[in-house]
Amino acid sequence: METLTKNKEQKENTKTVIELRNVKKSFGSKNVLTDISMDLFKGENLVVLGKSGTGKSVTIKCMVGLLVQDEGSVVVLDEDVNNLSSPDLKELRTKVGFLFQSGALYDSMTVRENLEFPLTRVLKIKDQDEIKQRIEEVLEAVGLLSAIDAMPSDLSGGMRKRIGLARTLILKPEIMLYDEPTTGLDPITSREISELILLMQKKYKTSSIIITHDMACAEITSDRILVMNEGKVIAEGNFEELKNSQDELVGSFFK
Amino acid sequence: MTTSVKKVFEEAGNQISFMSGFFGNIFSRGFEGNEFIRQCFIIGYKSLSLVGITGFILGFVMTLQSEPTMKGFGAGSFVPGMVAISIIREICPVIIALICAGKISSSIGAELGSMKVSEQIDAMEVSGANPIQYLVVTRILACTIMIPLLTLMADALALLGGFTASNIGGHYSFLLYFNKAFSPLTFVDLLPSFAKTIFFGFAIGFVGCYKGYNSNRGTESVGVAANSAVVSASLWIILLDAIAVQLTSVFAYN
Ligand SMILES: Nc1ncnc2c1ncn2[C@@H]1O[C@H](COP(=O)(O)OP(=O)(O)OP(=O)(O)O)[C@@H](O)[C@H]1O
Ligand SMILES: [Mg+2]
Repeated sequence: METLTKNKEQKENTKTVIELRNVKKSFGSKNVLTDISMDLFKGENLVVLGKSGTGKSVTIKCMVGLLVQDEGSVVVLDEDVNNLSSPDLKELRTKVGFLFQSGALYDSMTVRENLEFPLTRVLKIKDQDEIKQRIEEVLEAVGLLSAIDAMPSDLSGGMRKRIGLARTLILKPEIMLYDEPTTGLDPITSREISELILLMQKKYKTSSIIITHDMACAEITSDRILVMNEGKVIAEGNFEELKNSQDELVGSFFK
Repeated sequence: MTTSVKKVFEEAGNQISFMSGFFGNIFSRGFEGNEFIRQCFIIGYKSLSLVGITGFILGFVMTLQSEPTMKGFGAGSFVPGMVAISIIREICPVIIALICAGKISSSIGAELGSMKVSEQIDAMEVSGANPIQYLVVTRILACTIMIPLLTLMADALALLGGFTASNIGGHYSFLLYFNKAFSPLTFVDLLPSFAKTIFFGFAIGFVGCYKGYNSNRGTESVGVAANSAVVSASLWIILLDAIAVQLTSVFAYN
């Protein structure tokens, strides 16, 4: 309990970068998000756990305006995502990095072109040397410098994921939303990716939401953990607290 | 009943807003020149042989088919002119557009559909780039420019095909044939038929992009997007042709 109150005090001093209040979302007759409220504080790594199909991906898609919630409010960096003009929304999106669960690499482009795309289109960098240097730096970070001229179709699932990660990190966003960054990777690479997430937090002061099923990744990266079930947040705390939780569902993640 | 009527209006509304998105983006900054040229290459150059062969054979076959009948009337020397007029005014623009609907509309529909399904379009949007600008504007413009050019080329090859066919008996010189083919042709034949191919090109690109860009989740919707792109692009071409012919006969021949 002591740690909890300490956390609370700490929270009150820090700024909220993402705030969800009573967000509800259904597709047809299927209620996916029944009532979600959560905050992401500046500079923290927030891990979100939850069974498959509980609406974790839907939640973070609402945060960038890819999906529009039926009810409730989504505020990112003090702006209401659903009431922004399209240039403002674009501006906001450049500050938020989004790693897709599937990687979502552009099939028709090489790895190099995939990484160039956000640099030239979003940051509008013209200087070829700077582009080259940034691409090599980020590929080195994900350990795939050798794949620079490969086509996405020639890469394995794990490699595609890491390139997707590189493409998001290359913009050095203020907020990162990672959708299962380590799923499908071997334990060694998983660990490297988890450490990369930590490094991003330290080096660039990024605030991140990390959706994962990988408890090793959660343990390494998390400052705070939320557990979702059936479209609601059912538990919150740091790794140690939740590990000792009496709740059966929460406990089952830690076994 | 009411739901299907509602669906039709919804679809029409979506298409109109997609179109206004396209026009809004043509004139905004950040035109993707390189991608546009790449699309022109894919759409135009890669269709050259298909369109060329079709054009040649159209002229060839038209001539062979009409020659016996015309000769029966003693009007064999009108064949080149007749073939030229029907090819240039109607047959080439429509047939080439329909072929391109099958080849180009479906491939655009499938390509954008699979990009949609694999979240690539979402990824572009979320990174702050403009997928309409990069994917849609370039493709629609490339179609609008390349389909008329392809049709012009097919027109020329169709005349050559006509010449070849009527020369099987060996009774026309090159000059004589083209004199006969071109003498009944006027500007009024060429210009409206060229103008309508611009609209055909737009329809081919637009329908392909619309169907692909708005396809559903799930891999089977890629096939649906490709298929429905061909169906509705073909329908649009036929409808536009009917309208174009009406307009030309009202304005050009009075
Ligand atoms: N665009 C959409 N249209 C219709 N249904 C959707 C859409 N997106 C998600 N869903 C549905 O919402 C539910 C939650 O999906 P979501 O992808 O958020 O799950 P998840 O918690 O991320 O699961 P996983 O761990 O497997 O990725 C699923 O049942 C899914 O079918
Ligand atoms: Mg998910």
